[in-house]
Amino acid sequence: MSAVIEAHDHHDHKPTGIGRWLFSTNHKDIGTMYLWFSFIMFFIGGAMALVIRAELFQPGLQFVEPEFFNQMTTLHGLIMVFGVIMPGFVGLANWMVPMMIGAPDMALPRMNNWSFWLLPGAFGILIASLVMSMMGMGSAPNFGWTFYAPLSTTYGPDSTDYFIFSVHMMGLSSIMGAINIIATIMNLRAPGMTYMKMPIFVWTWFITAYLLIAVMPVLAGVVTMMLTDRNFGTSFFDAAGGGDPVLFQHIFWFFGHPEVYIMILPAFGVISQIVPTFARKKIFGYSSMVYATASIAFLSFIVWAHHMFTTGMPVEAELFFMYATMLIAIPTGVKVFNWVSTMWRGSMTFETPMLFAIAFIFLFTIGGFTGLMMCITPADFQYHDTYFIVAHFHYVLATGAAFSIMAAVYFWLPKWTGNMYDETLGKIHFWLTTISANVLFFPMHFVGLAGMPRRIPDYSLQFAEFNQMASVGAFIFGFSQLIFLYVVIKCIRGGEKATEQVWEGADGLEWTLPSPPPFHSFTTPPQVK
Amino acid sequence: MSSSNNQDVYFIPEPSKWPVVGTIALTTSVIGAVNTIHSGELSLLLPVGLLLIAYLFFGWFGAVIKESMDNCYNEQVDRSFRIGMLWFIFSEVMFFAAFFGALFYARIIVMGWLGGSSNNAMTHELLWPAFDAVWPILTNPDNVKYVAPAEKMGAWGLPAINTAVLLASSVTVTIAHHALRAGHRKPLIMWLAITVALGIGFLFLQVEEYAHAYSEMGLTLDSGIYGSTFFILTGFHGFHVTMGTLMLFIMLVRAIKDHFTPEKHFAFEAVAWYWHFVDVVWLGLFIFVYWL
Ligand code: HEM
Ligand SMILES: [Cu+2]
Repeated sequence: MSAVIEAHDHHDHKPTGIGRWLFSTNHKDIGTMYLWFSFIMFFIGGAMALVIRAELFQPGLQFVEPEFFNQMTTLHGLIMVFGVIMPGFVGLANWMVPMMIGAPDMALPRMNNWSFWLLPGAFGILIASLVMSMMGMGSAPNFGWTFYAPLSTTYGPDSTDYFIFSVHMMGLSSIMGAINIIATIMNLRAPGMTYMKMPIFVWTWFITAYLLIAVMPVLAGVVTMMLTDRNFGTSFFDAAGGGDPVLFQHIFWFFGHPEVYIMILPAFGVISQIVPTFARKKIFGYSSMVYATASIAFLSFIVWAHHMFTTGMPVEAELFFMYATMLIAIPTGVKVFNWVSTMWRGSMTFETPMLFAIAFIFLFTIGGFTGLMMCITPADFQYHDTYFIVAHFHYVLATGAAFSIMAAVYFWLPKWTGNMYDETLGKIHFWLTTISANVLFFPMHFVGLAGMPRRIPDYSLQFAEFNQMASVGAFIFGFSQLIFLYVVIKCIRGGEKATEQVWEGADGLEWTLPSPPPFHSFTTPPQVK
Repeated sequence: MSSSNNQDVYFIPEPSKWPVVGTIALTTSVIGAVNTIHSGELSLLLPVGLLLIAYLFFGWFGAVIKESMDNCYNEQVDRSFRIGMLWFIFSEVMFFAAFFGALFYARIIVMGWLGGSSNNAMTHELLWPAFDAVWPILTNPDNVKYVAPAEKMGAWGLPAINTAVLLASSVTVTIAHHALRAGHRKPLIMWLAITVALGIGFLFLQVEEYAHAYSEMGLTLDSGIYGSTFFILTGFHGFHVTMGTLMLFIMLVRAIKDHFTPEKHFAFEAVAWYWHFVDVVWLGLFIFVYWL
């Protein structure tokens, strides 16, 4: 059942066939599966977004029933958050963390594979409920990705119980994945790789893993309460029995806010790898980056109720959560400052990963600013549940987290495949994506400020122009991603050979391995000076 | 298969079928569970899934035990296991924290609001005039939909005995550990057996208490937030005790088979950590669910 890899034993006995993937204990193969899973989900979730945008192209009801529209917004959100961004980053961690710290693999390889294989099970169940709904059997989850009680308890469709268990499975997957990352980083660093020498990407994932272990069980707890409220007569979220639907929101957002940082900290890590590489300078303010990441993580536990300003809280709580939220802008500002300072007087080139990284810095910052606007309690009374917040979180998640994953894929693809990707196509993909993303999301600020509510399939006439712009942007954005798919496949199948270092300014252990790296990354620990 | 504690040697397990078995087992179980809840056609999948989970546990842990006995694991692997177990226990702490959070929120905030405190006078007057804001709640806001219990579950009967039982079991498992470290097999087996017996005793008393709650006190899962928090918290705790007892029992079997050495017995330690964790959760329960 086991093999011990001796030092100097360099033969690659790769398993073959489907078993290579099903039974894998290899961090690269598992990372690849995560990334492809995320990519496929990106297209599924993206197709749902296009249904939403098609319906919103004009006021009135065009294509879908409101019931189906609700299922689209719900599943789009769930799939993008749990099926695209999170697995995407776990895939990157799987590939890169062992190579960056000089390890042969992850610390617990079998558990690693289980973490991955739970996802197809969980999402299979979730998507099956949509397929059933399209065949006229019941409804898929339709209460928004935040599944507020009582929409999801008293009024939830039967499929809600499938949804609950699928969230349990995703949670299990994330917890095991996070434990694995922590064990790998704590235990498998090469000699000399002290904590304060670790690449920032490793640091951000280290901290993200703690966030995951702390909040995924809380998510599991809240869906469990939903399950018992729905089926076994408990009254956690029912005032008639002494519970409270607002309790649901508190527990959900205690998970939910750290969750948004789970989706952005690894992105910060990616950007902190890419910017120094293409500015050909060391990262500015390494230790302040680490401390900023840690403070963001800490603060993310005490700001959750900024999502609930209009729910009804004592005014002291409203104020506390307002000020605490504002504090987060400080370490976030430190990061943006450091990236910009890293570029300052660097000798910069603008390959596709760098373009995405710079776009990230601009566009994420816009999202950060709208966040600051919304965390001002009285102002949020106006913004809450409008398209303004949809604009906010798409700037931080789509042009933030998703952009950083694209940047990372372009950055590391030559290392993974051994071939350079097609730079021209990459640039075309970049410009189409960036322009269309802004055409898509920027107008949402305006309709939101003017009062257009989110998650409603119809709207007043005065919002029509901006919505049409957004829909046009959405379709260009969606179809541009086919270019991305093509570039990736083309790169896997061949191309100019990549060197070990790939990028002139690249620095770190992962760039000392051949491209593509051997099956087991480092079989002898490298010495880090 | 070589054995070595050499730092230059890494251990990486061969490809394994267990993760995929695990996914199939869980997916089958949850489809079966939903069908059981809704009396669907596929409810048979639940027992099938649970059997698969049992198969998974025996198979996967069996494989790991075998590797461990074959001395495949070096110190590094041992450390990875320790880190893994510690953070797993932390995740369990957070799982319980969610339910404790619900309990505190219900007791401190919701009860006051429904009873008319701060600016909620009208909530009380108009919506739930009959509601009496005292914990434990013996008159629910809507006493027809949720029938409140007749009385409170006292702390100083069975629960106090159970506290003693669990605390004692934490002591006995520690004595067993000391015996193991000293290489005394007989006391190890004896104290471990006593720990298992205490675990079973706890569960037995807990079942007794539940039966009493349901049949005589009217305290049930659907008797409002008091019953909900009571049964969810003690229920999940009881489930953890069950798992812990099972794991202790397996350690007992392994001790009898002489699997452990005074230096190497991580499985035993992991179970002991888990058992202490279950114990600490119980103390929280005893104080906040039964006593205060
Ligand atoms: C400076 C940092 C940030 C601040 C001050 C901030 C503030 C806020 C506030 C106040 C809301 C609630 C708006 C409302 O519902 O009325 C919100 C919503 C949201 N934010 Fe942020 N945010 C920040 C960064 C981020 C980041 C980095 C992410 C994710 C990567 C993110 C993702 C979200 C999401 C997904 C929602 C909407 C949740 C929903 O569906 O209701 N935010 N943000
Ligand atoms: Cu938030």
